[in-house]
Amino acid sequence: MTKKKKHWYSYLWIWSIVYFSLGFFNILFAWLGLIDFILPLIFAIAGGNKWFCNNMCGRGQLFWILGRNVGCSRKKPAPKWLSSKWFRYGFLTFFMTMFGTMIFQTYQVFAGADSLRKAIKLFWTFRLPWNWAYSASPFPDWVAQFGFGFYSLMLTSTLIGLIVMVLYRERTWCTFCPMGTMTQGICKIKEKGASK
Amino acid sequence: MVKRKANVNIERCVACGVCALQCPRQAISIHRGCYAAIEESICVGCGLCERACPASAIELKERELVND
Repeated sequence: MTKKKKHWYSYLWIWSIVYFSLGFFNILFAWLGLIDFILPLIFAIAGGNKWFCNNMCGRGQLFWILGRNVGCSRKKPAPKWLSSKWFRYGFLTFFMTMFGTMIFQTYQVFAGADSLRKAIKLFWTFRLPWNWAYSASPFPDWVAQFGFGFYSLMLTSTLIGLIVMVLYRERTWCTFCPMGTMTQGICKIKEKGASK
Repeated sequence: MVKRKANVNIERCVACGVCALQCPRQAISIHRGCYAAIEESICVGCGLCERACPASAIELKERELVND
């Protein structure tokens, strides 16, 4: 079989691993994950495309490598409801709600109503102590609080992605990834506007 | 003439682009971030995209016979 041309952005799966490694040692690195939130939106809003998802998503690439190349996926079709519109938009809504809750917690630390909790919350439920990842920094506490919250969110969604990768197809996560749903929604709105 | 071709259910497609990455003939592009579009003159119906699609939105279909 012919080998496809590899670009620099074909290796962004390494970024996914680097991101979680950095956050393990210092939670302030969690802020870098915002790049993965902002870039796809810029592509969608400014370019009307999903170029980020299609070519640059390190998480998607990681699922592909682990699922297809390493062979950790059953490669079975996922149940239809998992990629249905109501589930996709439902999951997006849930995800945004949890994101909002996390922002509110950050605000509470900022306002002094709550103190910094050096912990990671997995699946929005299980609290894991993570106190080694933060001691003192020149930044105020809310900056670290956001780091812990954002890292929790990134880790949880990656774990969900890994679970569906094993159970179903390599990139099953992509079908209900909140960023994917959001950017496709933006693109669809833009396309409707363009064809009018 | 190849007998089969890939067919995208654009209602189910999530435009993730996995199919386009898999296609050995670059027959697939993501139309404006909305869905996968298949260039039927290039598609040979190999089915790699079908097996990669996480939304099961691609199906191989028989081509209509062309008189040539």
